[in-house]
Amino acid sequence: MRSPVPAYELETPRDLAAALERMARAPGEWKPFAGGTDLMVLLEAGKLPHRRFLNIAKLAELKGITVADDFVLLGALTTYTEVRRHETIAAEFPLLVRAAAETGSIATQNRGTIGGNIANASPAADSPPALLVYDAEIETISARGKRRVPYARFHSGYKQMDLGADEMISRIYLPRARSGWRQYYRKVGTRRAQAISKVCLAGAAKMESRRIADVRIALGSVAPAVVRAQATEKVLLGRQPSAEVAREAQAMLAREIAPIDDMRSTERYRLRVAQNLLGEFLESLSG
Amino acid sequence: MDTRVIGKPVPRKEGREKVTGRARYVDDIALPGMLHGATVRSQVARARIVEIRFGTGIPWEEFTIVTARDIPGKNCITLLIEDQPCLADGVINHPEEPVVLLAHSDAYLVEEARRAVEIVCEPLPAVFTMEESLARKEVIWGEDNIFKSFLVEKGDVESAWAQAELIVEGEYETGAQEQLYIEPNGMIAEASPEEGVTVWGSLQCPYYVHKALVPIFGLPKHRVRVVQTETGGGFGGKEEYPSMIAAHAVLLAWKSGRPVKIIYDRAEDMVATTKRHPSKTRHRTGVTRDGRLVAMDIDFTIDGGAYETLSPVVLSRGTIHAAGPYSCPNVRICSRAVATNAPPHGAFRGFGAPQSVFALERQMDRVAEALHISPDEFRRRNFIQVGETLAVQQVVREKVDMKRLMDRAFEMSGYHEKRARFAKENPRSAIKRGIGFASFLHGAGFTGSGEEYLASEVSAEATADGVVRIHAASTEMGQGTNTIFSQIAAEALGLPCEQVEIVQPDTANVPNSGPTVASRTSMIVGKLVESAALGIEKKLKEAGFLNGKHGSEAFALACRRYIAEIGPLESFIRYDHPKGLHWDDEKYQGDAYGAYAWAVYVAEVSVDTRTAETRVEDFVAVQEVGRVINPVLAAGQIEGGVAQGVGFALFENIVWREGRMVNGQMTNYIMPTSMDVPPIRVFFEEIPYGRGPGGAKGIGELPLDGSAPAVINAVVNATGLDIRRIPMTPETLLEMLESARG
Amino acid sequence: MAEAGKKIRVECTVNGEAAAFEAYPMERLLDALRRELRLTGTKEGCGEGECGACAVDMDGALVNSCLVPAAQAQGATLRTIEGVAAVDELHAIQKAFLLHGGSQCGICTPGMILAAVNLLDRNPSPSEEDVREGLAGNLCRCTGYTKIFASVVAAHRKRDGSG
Repeated sequence: MRSPVPAYELETPRDLAAALERMARAPGEWKPFAGGTDLMVLLEAGKLPHRRFLNIAKLAELKGITVADDFVLLGALTTYTEVRRHETIAAEFPLLVRAAAETGSIATQNRGTIGGNIANASPAADSPPALLVYDAEIETISARGKRRVPYARFHSGYKQMDLGADEMISRIYLPRARSGWRQYYRKVGTRRAQAISKVCLAGAAKMESRRIADVRIALGSVAPAVVRAQATEKVLLGRQPSAEVAREAQAMLAREIAPIDDMRSTERYRLRVAQNLLGEFLESLSG
Repeated sequence: MDTRVIGKPVPRKEGREKVTGRARYVDDIALPGMLHGATVRSQVARARIVEIRFGTGIPWEEFTIVTARDIPGKNCITLLIEDQPCLADGVINHPEEPVVLLAHSDAYLVEEARRAVEIVCEPLPAVFTMEESLARKEVIWGEDNIFKSFLVEKGDVESAWAQAELIVEGEYETGAQEQLYIEPNGMIAEASPEEGVTVWGSLQCPYYVHKALVPIFGLPKHRVRVVQTETGGGFGGKEEYPSMIAAHAVLLAWKSGRPVKIIYDRAEDMVATTKRHPSKTRHRTGVTRDGRLVAMDIDFTIDGGAYETLSPVVLSRGTIHAAGPYSCPNVRICSRAVATNAPPHGAFRGFGAPQSVFALERQMDRVAEALHISPDEFRRRNFIQVGETLAVQQVVREKVDMKRLMDRAFEMSGYHEKRARFAKENPRSAIKRGIGFASFLHGAGFTGSGEEYLASEVSAEATADGVVRIHAASTEMGQGTNTIFSQIAAEALGLPCEQVEIVQPDTANVPNSGPTVASRTSMIVGKLVESAALGIEKKLKEAGFLNGKHGSEAFALACRRYIAEIGPLESFIRYDHPKGLHWDDEKYQGDAYGAYAWAVYVAEVSVDTRTAETRVEDFVAVQEVGRVINPVLAAGQIEGGVAQGVGFALFENIVWREGRMVNGQMTNYIMPTSMDVPPIRVFFEEIPYGRGPGGAKGIGELPLDGSAPAVINAVVNATGLDIRRIPMTPETLLEMLESARG
Repeated sequence: MAEAGKKIRVECTVNGEAAAFEAYPMERLLDALRRELRLTGTKEGCGEGECGACAVDMDGALVNSCLVPAAQAQGATLRTIEGVAAVDELHAIQKAFLLHGGSQCGICTPGMILAAVNLLDRNPSPSEEDVREGLAGNLCRCTGYTKIFASVVAAHRKRDGSG
């Protein structure tokens, strides 16, 4: 049952400074509205209690992808389509491209933004696991200035994030540090396209003499927020992938995630499949 | 048979409108002064209504508000019986039951108002499962919660067990399935006590709606008019339900004096309207060691929801199809439709047969396995032959060659080669492949004396320009009614298809040709169209304006002369039940259907054991259908039906909580996308049916019967797991894989 | 400056012509097209961006118009199904749909055709796999997609003269 459309405000600030100023004057009263692919769905379902939005979709300061020597900077308004089409991202951050390609449909990808995906903070979002694997940092901005938070520390719980009422996400930093790493991404959804994730695992490993010299593992849909499986990573450090190592890692993984039963899937399925995906990732490292 | 337009891929008659966006569906239409209507529904499954409260902040005085008290005539939606109210009156029997109707010119305000109405109730104990219903945990309908039951007996099953050298038992379940037409339900109504009632809407059966509206408003029949607008899919979901939404729109129009439009949003459509009946089937099969069927004992239960609606007929078809295309001397089918406090279940393509055929085809594979005979060899030893009788003791008089269909399906799919290869490769792979099949039949037309009772009518008229206009109540909803009717009439009269027009189904302009359901449109109504067209020609010939072979210009000239010199040129035909068909409604035996389509479908799957996801890799559908009137449209029917069957087997799961569907969004009710549907290869065989137009039989529902069991039998082949229920979700399959491993 | 309950004036280009309409800022572009501009070719199937029946081309990109608020259509260049055919001739994809049975009930057809046009503009020689993926955001309940793929593949072949 649709929310009362006439009661909503969507104003278009002339630039980012104007938007931030509005948000600073009355923190929490105005919220940013980017591509709308999450917010409009909530509106249709009658689940959007907040009424006052700032249309930031065209703010130039939040757009664009910058390639520097040590990092790639995504403007918060970078769409999934833009991620998919960017040469450097495709070459160095393939998991983000995979995540973008698996998000919704082409029509969703044309409108949905990385910043919006992070701010919506669905535990089932497709990009966050890839962002965690890449040690992404989130830059937030307000009238007071900018700050940067490692994405691994950005979420503290279900839909909780380190974002003040007067702040918005402005850029995502991706350190260019995965060259030569083996990378893996698999989303298990309700069907092969346009699917909400039931379990998602992103992994990257630096192999040296057949051993795991460094590793990142992140999962979606198995906890109130995206999870970086740090204890599981520790189990794997320095080890050579084998069936036994996999079993140990899978056992540790079970202790780091907290999947639930919901209308899409079950706790048992999510747990077992998360472990199987981890096993598949580790198997791919032996090749 | 050499035909000019029948059998040709004539382009869809209304195709141009559809590809340019000019086709007019009900929500594309607006009438001056129109109000928007909405329905306030119960949130509980069973309750006594204590009070209806209208909240603050809404200008109620601007609204048209309708409750049961405002109904001028009978508060019921007439179908088979009169148990379902149009608006709940004092008592609620299912979640989402309609209680209050609202209308206002501001569509947004209507939505807000809907939220502001509270139905205060005293909950009553409710029944949510077939078991609870049969156990009469509460009696929620009639004396015993049973809408209908059947007993079909052939031979003597009890005595036959002694002859069986092996007996195999099994229980099977199918879940509810949502029709999910992409165009939601919608109606526009204009009404007044003085003028009468007109509704326009998305519907399959204009005369069902007509029949339902008459007693609600106490009007004479000719003052109620039902017009079908371009309909964006139906699949049975718009067979009986439109009567309800039409009644609601009319009630609001009646009270307000303004036209009213009600369009359901997707969430409302999903949770409040009909679904495929869930089912439970128990099989007990006795066979000889060399694989001949000796006894089949089948117990079949379907869940009808809170009111009877069409459950007896769904049960009937499910019962009659429960023993399949096999020859067995002793068969007993004991079946019933029971009440639960869920929104009533209803028509969905297949109509009971997908449920019982799923159970049967799983059972047949399992019996074969117990016998150590291959599943296909087991079928071959038992396929029915001409002269033998089906379970309802219908003698098969038409030619049928199931073995040939199976051979063709196996050849096209590479069945044997793949089965052997997969068996070899699977042990070494995390991805298990499998191939499976289902062999089945589907009766076309209404069961038994149904067509006789319907007494369908079609008329044709010719204009002075030689255009032949067909008047039939059969609706186009994508399956191709308009096109095949023009082909049939054009063929009969030697005209190009462009010279035939199909009149928009409007009860003011078309006779009652019966509903657009039951795979009857080509075979039964199409034949009437042919006869009506020939009736025009006969009049022209008898009047001497046409003789021998003629072209389209001679025909036009003849029409002009006839109309000028004699008068309107019309032909009117009523269904004539074939003399040789006999059906005993009491014993439930005899000639159940005039004709059957026969089929063997083969599905190839891959199962990723890491995620328990099943992918259908390839699908071959072979069927014998009498005559293919339009190969593109016919193949389209099969392909679409197979996709729905894949959904039924693997994806489409309804999550129920106390009688309510809680996953009523397209994001959470999963139908197959283009990436989930395999290449579907369709092959037709034709053994012309004497009473079908051009020899055609019905095919609309056929693909729903065999697709799901073919897919599941393939999964069984891939994994070795004994799957008994659908939808078979990855969650269920993973549990089974783990149990098998552990 | 808008307030709650106040409509705004949106100016945009639709099917090559200047257009303007009044709408609430959060009103769906889908409703503005259908009700204000009376372009009813774009359809609603789900209202949640899942079925693609509402797909239109906005500034060269395929979008689900049920998820676009009217305020964000300000200054946009829009193309709907009504703008796909040339003045005197159907688009190759429309012709292919007619010839190959790509449309049954027709309700998904406008969105499907927009998606197919968009696909062929981006990828003039799609394989069947490309087509499957390119149309994955458009749900069809009638066809099982088979003849939709056949139509799109045929249209691309016709366009580059190879078939």
